[in-house]
Amino acid sequence: MSILIDEDTTFIVQGITGREAVNLTRECLDYGSKIVGGVTPGRKGREVHGVPVFDTVEQVVEHNGGRVPDGSVVTVPPAFTKDAVLEAIENGIKLVVIVTERIPRRDVAQMVELAGMRGARIIGPNCLGLVVPGVAKMGGIGGPARNTAQAYQTGSVGVMSRSGGMTTEISSTLTAAGLGVSTAISIGGDAIIGSTYAELMPLYEADEQTEAIVIYTEPGGRMEAQLAEWRIENDSRLPIVAFMAGRFMDDEEMKGMSFGHAGTIVEGKEDTATEKIARLESAGIPVVERIDAIPDAVKQQLSSPRNES
Amino acid sequence: MAGIFIDVEVSDDVRGDCELAKKLQEACPVDIYAAAQEGVEVVEQNLDECILCGLCVETAPPGGVRVLKLYDGGAALER
Amino acid sequence: MRFYEYESRRLVEAAGIPVTDYGFAQTAEEARKIAQEIGGPTVIKSQVLSGGRMKAGGVQFADTPDEAARHAEAILQLEIGGHMPRGVLVDPKAQVKQEYYASVVWDGTAKKPLLLFSDMGGVDIEEVAEHHPEHVGRGHFSNLLPFSDFQAKQVIAAAGVTGRELTRLTPILARLAGLFQDRDMTLAEINPLAQLEDGSFVALDAHMEMEDEARPRQKAVLAELGIADDDVREVHEPSPFETKVGAVDAADHRGVIQGKDTGFHGNLGLVIGAGGGSLTLTDAVRSHGGDPANYSEIGGNPSVAKACGLAKAVLEKDGVEKLAVMMSIVSNTRVDIVARGVIKACLELGKEPSETIAIFRIPGAWEEEGFKILERYGIDYCDRSISMHEAARRAVASFQEDPAEAEAEAARP
Ligand code: SF4
Repeated sequence: MSILIDEDTTFIVQGITGREAVNLTRECLDYGSKIVGGVTPGRKGREVHGVPVFDTVEQVVEHNGGRVPDGSVVTVPPAFTKDAVLEAIENGIKLVVIVTERIPRRDVAQMVELAGMRGARIIGPNCLGLVVPGVAKMGGIGGPARNTAQAYQTGSVGVMSRSGGMTTEISSTLTAAGLGVSTAISIGGDAIIGSTYAELMPLYEADEQTEAIVIYTEPGGRMEAQLAEWRIENDSRLPIVAFMAGRFMDDEEMKGMSFGHAGTIVEGKEDTATEKIARLESAGIPVVERIDAIPDAVKQQLSSPRNES
Repeated sequence: MAGIFIDVEVSDDVRGDCELAKKLQEACPVDIYAAAQEGVEVVEQNLDECILCGLCVETAPPGGVRVLKLYDGGAALER
Repeated sequence: MRFYEYESRRLVEAAGIPVTDYGFAQTAEEARKIAQEIGGPTVIKSQVLSGGRMKAGGVQFADTPDEAARHAEAILQLEIGGHMPRGVLVDPKAQVKQEYYASVVWDGTAKKPLLLFSDMGGVDIEEVAEHHPEHVGRGHFSNLLPFSDFQAKQVIAAAGVTGRELTRLTPILARLAGLFQDRDMTLAEINPLAQLEDGSFVALDAHMEMEDEARPRQKAVLAELGIADDDVREVHEPSPFETKVGAVDAADHRGVIQGKDTGFHGNLGLVIGAGGGSLTLTDAVRSHGGDPANYSEIGGNPSVAKACGLAKAVLEKDGVEKLAVMMSIVSNTRVDIVARGVIKACLELGKEPSETIAIFRIPGAWEEEGFKILERYGIDYCDRSISMHEAARRAVASFQEDPAEAEAEAARP
């Protein structure tokens, strides 16, 4: 099994005629994903790699005999993203992957609030989507199908990462070590995102294939603290291994500077790498210092009986 | 300024073909071809930006243009 | 982006929150005139984008216009936290009965704005929250539903405030919440929010920050404040390197590059990417005792010219001896294109690529082609089987004279 998507998942691409979207569509189709339509206002009647293009999400649903696609990948410019996401959600789509970066927080918060009211889930923004190795991918994650297959092989580890590129680097390391990946999710690098580590944990918890979790994280925000709290409160069966990048940002000289993603900025004491590492470790989540140390840490967690409490 | 990594050869047969020049100019995503009065012109300063997409080779008749990888012993891009 | 206090006050005022009859001056003469118009004791405040103004002597009190002018003269030349002031604010000295605190910030966990209020204003709110939690009220509000006054009342009441104060404070907090939303703020803070002897309330200081991403749609507001598009207000003034990389990035729309060197002083130039990969690699270099000359990011499949421009800017920095070119596995950015760019940079600067590039570790898209190029120039490269940390170690080790000794050094725990 997997989480969020499987071999039957259908989705659309909003903004499908854009340069990056055309690539992403090709990559997903090659990988075996079911893209049932694309939307770019004013471009109805065109095709992108055989996928029919429509003016509205409503038209896609009509074209598909009233069946609402399961998901949508949104890759439209920041000023139009909110409208596209509201359109997807109000047409009944339950999983929205937002690739676009540089969306103002107010817009993100509005989309997320509506999703919550409608029982829909948002992944991103500023993410590469998700992949179930050998089954389907939704978004540009892993790149061309051939490259995705090289880095992602089916296995037991769920991967969540604030960095799209590091999702693939970590998964490749897990694949090379023979552990493989159950579902890998690029959750997005912004300060406010649709689904945080803690919010995705219950799905992994319910997924039999997943036996352990690896997260990639960075300074800024409270997402790791939230995960630590979740783990303690829920007595999760899943061991978690974390990798923290950006330790250098703890330097006094770097205060207030933003590196990497928009969400990565040290504003308060809680935001620093040091503070986050302490928090995670106190919740029984080991934090490794090197990517290549991840597989061994996972194996160790899997073989040792839970030693907390 | 010639390319360090890439060279493009236009055969004498097609060099004067103004129609083809226009098509090449349109096909190449990194502006390596320009349609000049006398036909196909190679924009040397853009040569190293070639992404090896092969669109120019497909656009021209067989053997018309050759994209050479100077870092690979001058190997030509396959059609 | 952060606003100066005089700009923040104008935003607050425009939102319908009372402020004092202040003036903004850029010369001592202007400050004197404003003080004259005010006609009583004044406060002269440095308009600078760094904190700790008070401690640094950037806030002075004056009884006469002459004194105001003298203070303005001094403050205008006083650098605070590496920034020169843009001017001074001349404020009538208020008769304050009590100081309150009000702000709105984003809560990334709740994904909603958070309204904060305290009747212990004028000091650091984090301290109040820690030592006097019963004096702090907080409440989230919706992004979809309009803000309603009861939400402000609840927050005020939660801090233990009632009576006329509660009813007078309510519209102020409601307007602050509106300002936060309408102007795409990431922080909207009034501290102190002062109650004067006559019972009325004024914002005595305001700190506003707008989200950079929202600047395009807030153009009209920014124009009204006279803020130009290129006024980016970084925490640090951009260094020559940062300016140069910014220009290379702007010259070409393909891909994105970034470079920073504030706080970096080393000899190993980093041409690295992407966002998360750059953070990981910078840590990795430092964990092996390396001293980076800069931070950088490559992403979004840049052109050869762009990769070349970044590498050149790094190589031209004082003290840079070698380059480490490293990324996490790429799926969009191309290995061969980056390889061409960095080699080109070496050649154009008359440097031997094989001696200048300490290590090239970018696996992924178009790696076969990229590795051919690297081999042709005799550059030390590695594929995905070599971890990012190991690559960083090799880059650092290449600085040691004796490679064997360097290996031994790095192997030590
Ligand atoms: S291969 Fe592509 S990029 Fe290169 S010259 Fe031909 S059309 Fe241009």
